[in-house]
Amino acid sequence: MDRIAFLLATGLARGLVIALFALSLVIIWRAARIVNFAQAAMAVVAVFVAFAVTALTDSFWLGLVAALVAGAVVGYAVERWLIRLVPARTPLPGMIVAIGLVMVLQAGIGIAFGPQHRPMAAPFSEQPFTVGGVPVLSPYDLFVLLVALGVVGGLALLFNGTTLGLQMRASAMAPEVSRLLGVRVPRMVTLGWMLSAAVASLAVLLLVPTELGLNAHSGDVLFVHAFTVAVLGGLDSPVGALVGGIVVGVLISLVTGFLGAGLAPIAVLALLTLVLLVRPGGIFAVKEARTA
Amino acid sequence: MSSSTPRLEVDGLTVTFSGLTALDDVGFTVGDGETVALIGPNGAGKTTVFNAVCSLVRPASGSIRIGGRRAPATPTGLLERGVARTLQGLGLFESLSVLENVLVPLSGRRDGSGRDAALETLQRLDLAADAATPVAALSYPARKRVALARALATRPQLLLLDEPAGGLGPDDIAELADVVRTLSAQGCSVLLVEHHVDFVMDVADRIVVLDFGRVVACGTPDEVRADPAVEAAYLGLEAAA
Repeated sequence: MDRIAFLLATGLARGLVIALFALSLVIIWRAARIVNFAQAAMAVVAVFVAFAVTALTDSFWLGLVAALVAGAVVGYAVERWLIRLVPARTPLPGMIVAIGLVMVLQAGIGIAFGPQHRPMAAPFSEQPFTVGGVPVLSPYDLFVLLVALGVVGGLALLFNGTTLGLQMRASAMAPEVSRLLGVRVPRMVTLGWMLSAAVASLAVLLLVPTELGLNAHSGDVLFVHAFTVAVLGGLDSPVGALVGGIVVGVLISLVTGFLGAGLAPIAVLALLTLVLLVRPGGIFAVKEARTA
Repeated sequence: MSSSTPRLEVDGLTVTFSGLTALDDVGFTVGDGETVALIGPNGAGKTTVFNAVCSLVRPASGSIRIGGRRAPATPTGLLERGVARTLQGLGLFESLSVLENVLVPLSGRRDGSGRDAALETLQRLDLAADAATPVAALSYPARKRVALARALATRPQLLLLDEPAGGLGPDDIAELADVVRTLSAQGCSVLLVEHHVDFVMDVADRIVVLDFGRVVACGTPDEVRADPAVEAAYLGLEAAA
């Protein structure tokens, strides 16, 4: 029982990071109808900037801010100078270009920084608290959990409580109608890319201290899990990303704890297959997406 | 804009699609507070005129002037030129609430007046009780009112209505006619595309009849009704039906 409580708690913390990354995929899908396969590679570029800032200033917090800013800048650059040039009649060209971008970015990082993993210190202890003799979340897990919940809450507020969020939702649902209504759709798409890349960068930054360290492929597994979550929840559904992220995080944690880490990816893919068989659009998918 | 400058001036408008002429030398004006109806059989080019006015299609030749100035290069600029439009397919954001739909064109206002304007418009069109309801849950006539509310909320000087009476019952059409007459009395110019001939004859000050992309008649409802070319192109078909 103690073990289950511990695995559930750590699964929740990890699941929220996955949910954050999945949310970033949902944001970009809603804004531009692209499954951005380059999301992890772009985020890793931003986290390398954060790594450099942290190394120079000895401050994790300045690194965190740098990751957000660098993520937004990378998102802006990729959208304005690459994706905008790609024909958008179907999602396929954009996806292919994104896959190409993964190769370029990962090769570039590899050439610049080498293949080694660079350890990043967590700003809080990773030793779990014990409650009634049962080890649960570590201070760092708690920090991750609070940051993730804060970002999810902030995004919900942005999209549901501000005029900018309303414009972003409208332009994602029906770009042509939105243009007729005075919404500057290209600007909304750029903002979507910036926001999405910043959130993804934050997710990778939060994960790196608990993994082997930072290298060009640090975001790859997170991307696979988050992509699974986004498909599970429905690419259009922020709620689906949140719930799906927690489910997958807990699943990974339980399978790792009871059956071994090697089986965790298989469990995630089995879950993905099951959901695709039962509800191909995703559990939280809504029928209406771009019907306006 | 001087008082003699039409709110909308379409001159020599020609639009082609892949070599096919959709509009051929179309010209007409809409004055301040005037209601002009574009009628004609399906495929006559009525919606293409709307799309050209809204900068959704690029004319091969001709000019479109709104308030004496050239039409904006992109649809995004229509709002600040005082132009609003409804769409034949309504174009509503189905998963957004009624209020959110009406707020979208007002969302660029920085003074926070958008919400008040939206609520006032919903009140005016008897939609206030449904403000929080997702559009997808509404009946078709109510959805049409939402589309109209979204256009009216910006207080346009030129309103383009694409088949506003389509799918409505007699009571709703009578209400719609009242709204159009009120707008006209307030100085709003209205250009409408409509198949419902009685509605058109009721509200239009002038009618422009299109057939195969050309203007075949233009005049008051009585003049157009008496025009044999119109009877052949459109009203005759309606009468035969």
